[in-house]
Amino acid sequence: MAYTEHAADHAHTDHDHHDHPPSGLWRWVSTTNHKDIGTLYLIFAGVMFFVGGAMAMAIRLELFKPGLQFFDPAFFNSLTTVHALAMIFGAVMPAWVGLANWMIPLQIGAPDMALPRMNNFSFWLLPFAFTLLLIGFFVPGGAPAGGWTLYPPLVLQGGDSFPMAIFAIHLMGASSIMGAINVIVTIMNMRAPGMTLLRMPLFVWTWLITAYLLILVMPVLAGAVTMLLTDHFFGTSFFSASGGGDPVMFQHIFWFFGHPEVYILILPAFGIVSEVIPTFSRKPLFGYEAMVYATASIAFLSFIVWAHHMFTVGMPLAGEMFFMLSTMLISIPTGVKVFNWVSTMWRGSLTFEPPMLFALSFLFLFSIGGFSGLMLAIAPADFQYQDTYFVVAHFHYVLVPGAIFAIMAGVYYWLPKWTGHMYDMTLGKWHFWLSTIFVNVLFFPQHFLGLAGMPRRIPDYATQFADWNMVSSLGGFGFGLSQLLFPYLIWKCIRGGERATGQVWEGAHGLEWELPSPAPYHTWQEAPTVAQIAHGAEH
Amino acid sequence: MTMKKLGLLFTRISVGSMSAAVLALLPLPAHAAWTLNMTPGISEISRKVYSLHMLMYWWCVAIAVVVFGWMIYSIVRFRKSQGAVPDTKLVHSTKAEIIWTVLPVLILIGMAVPATRTLIDTDDATGTELTIRVTGYQWKWGYQYVGSGVTLFSTLDRDSNAARQLGSGIDPNSVPNYLLNVDNPLVVPAGTKVRLLLTAQDVIHSWWVPALAIKKDAIPGFLNEAWFKIDTDKTGLYRGQCAELCGRDHGFMPIVIDVRSKADFADWLRTQRALQQPAAPAVPAAPAAATAPTAQVTTSTPVAG
Repeated sequence: MAYTEHAADHAHTDHDHHDHPPSGLWRWVSTTNHKDIGTLYLIFAGVMFFVGGAMAMAIRLELFKPGLQFFDPAFFNSLTTVHALAMIFGAVMPAWVGLANWMIPLQIGAPDMALPRMNNFSFWLLPFAFTLLLIGFFVPGGAPAGGWTLYPPLVLQGGDSFPMAIFAIHLMGASSIMGAINVIVTIMNMRAPGMTLLRMPLFVWTWLITAYLLILVMPVLAGAVTMLLTDHFFGTSFFSASGGGDPVMFQHIFWFFGHPEVYILILPAFGIVSEVIPTFSRKPLFGYEAMVYATASIAFLSFIVWAHHMFTVGMPLAGEMFFMLSTMLISIPTGVKVFNWVSTMWRGSLTFEPPMLFALSFLFLFSIGGFSGLMLAIAPADFQYQDTYFVVAHFHYVLVPGAIFAIMAGVYYWLPKWTGHMYDMTLGKWHFWLSTIFVNVLFFPQHFLGLAGMPRRIPDYATQFADWNMVSSLGGFGFGLSQLLFPYLIWKCIRGGERATGQVWEGAHGLEWELPSPAPYHTWQEAPTVAQIAHGAEH
Repeated sequence: MTMKKLGLLFTRISVGSMSAAVLALLPLPAHAAWTLNMTPGISEISRKVYSLHMLMYWWCVAIAVVVFGWMIYSIVRFRKSQGAVPDTKLVHSTKAEIIWTVLPVLILIGMAVPATRTLIDTDDATGTELTIRVTGYQWKWGYQYVGSGVTLFSTLDRDSNAARQLGSGIDPNSVPNYLLNVDNPLVVPAGTKVRLLLTAQDVIHSWWVPALAIKKDAIPGFLNEAWFKIDTDKTGLYRGQCAELCGRDHGFMPIVIDVRSKADFADWLRTQRALQQPAAPAVPAAPAAATAPTAQVTTSTPVAG
């Protein structure tokens, strides 16, 4: 990466004469610089996106036609299990942490994260964790095959990969907890003077709230998987009826983690969209305070809805009722956010560069995911949807054109700031259009499949499901191939391109846009002035 | 080659190769069934569930039309390329926030009322006339008609099982009811309130028949309860599948219910009883009206085996 200083557009930021990072491979192993660590997380997330994506391509290949053509059913179960673990814990979460690392210090006027060495450790746990997980494919018994949800007793039938997966999850969890601590301490302690909480960019707010969710629920996951471990190896019977335990208790504990987890996956996406839409509407975010309160409401509500993943488990009526109603409630603050985004565009002046294209696609397609989510909340109807492709369609809509498109929007938005170069806009637009079209061809028919009666996590299906499965698989191949444009574009941009200004985008406001592009290795070593903060914040 | 041309070429290759794959590689499915919606089913409850589903669906369509319409209008109307100038003072409105919070709450109440009613209806297992114990195994279902000693195992039928083997070379389209056929269906009477008690032998399974709108987990060591009453005119075969990942052959343990008239069912049960327990005393012609406990059978009831 080229970090050159441009004295001309320097404002009055830093007087650092040691702005050149160390060279060589050891730089990346030992770095405590938030920009380097952000880059490491993003590259790792990108690699895991393609690893998980390759598994998805394999899944859609098997499901292209009825009949088993390629994989043993047990291996297919490993594919679905590891695809989910890789995407959730390897792609989306590290991508968010990477964006947090790069952008939070820049956006709040801090020179780095509060705990830089812990930051390095948080990252480097991940390659080890995922090596441990992926090696499971090559050990006796194969990779974990009980679903990413790890329900006992099934998960306890796993082979040698079972303890490896548990340990890998512990490592990932530790990484997330430490990262979350870092984010909270940084935001609470290192904001520049004048950067009050209610002046922070929404991306910082959503990450602050996400970090609290992480600290609250990752330990719960750790507890749940440790109980699985002791049930299997140390004679406990937390989840075995014959020992006085209860398999359903695992589900309660897991989903108490699991539901806030999905909000961990999406809240930073809300933050990104809240940055991108105002910039490309040339208008401040509408309803800034409402957006903060809505995000906090969603986070709070996420703790009291978990059993909507368990409507068929045999809960008493009162339980089903409570979780149905609380789940329906989440649509209120979520709707508030959508309306505020559209109001930001209302009477704005819109242009459609790649970040905005991805943000708008998010707005439409995440909302579709929200609609199927509202339908799923209705418990008696959920008896027909649960564990079918209707659920698969729902969560892929909120995760792919939801979280993943928002990550891409963030990358397209900030890439010129990181590299100092504008990227190939045409290629970016091709990536956008191919992705948007194919993601719908891939996932929309899955609603129909679920309603028609197709269960999930099956490698082969009855012939009445063949038509939509073929369409979905074609969409999958198209979507997968289209993603190859993305790393190509990024690599090309890193290598060179039209020089980017500090502000990069005409409508961009915020402290990160007060810095030169590329941002120097060390930034905000002198705090930004109140004038810079005021210029950056438009609320 | 410019990037633009490269992107165009790439797209043409992708679209072209995928079209080729569709046309050349595989025949289109023989039983074209582009099903879009769930079945209304064969019982009053299944119809209520279907109506609730459609109510939610239309609500979502209505909200989507309004919200997406608003989005599309904004995108078109406020383009910079068409000369739109941003109104940078339009940054908040407490009135708007209140309206678009309260209005959705009212809509949710409109959804919650029928949903709650239907949920309560599904929960009432009183007055059942027949109890069947369902046990999930890796990978088949076991059924026992409580009180009559009749049991049967229901496994994926032989033709489906042969065709589904990896690389079998048998076209699934040549197998009737591929993967949805069993050797011994669960025979049940129409027009009768039937109670199911579900459990499992090994891991968690889930018993699902879409036509009944019943899906209930079968959990080892615990009993779950479900009930249905099929319309008297809906005799015939209805199919379902296991709906909880249970291992290698999770996709290969279907459910078939054979719905018969009350009289036909009684004959069948009598015959089965005679076959399975030749020395047992004759069973009454109609299934005895079991006094089903009104207390909810919850997952806190441990059961041996």
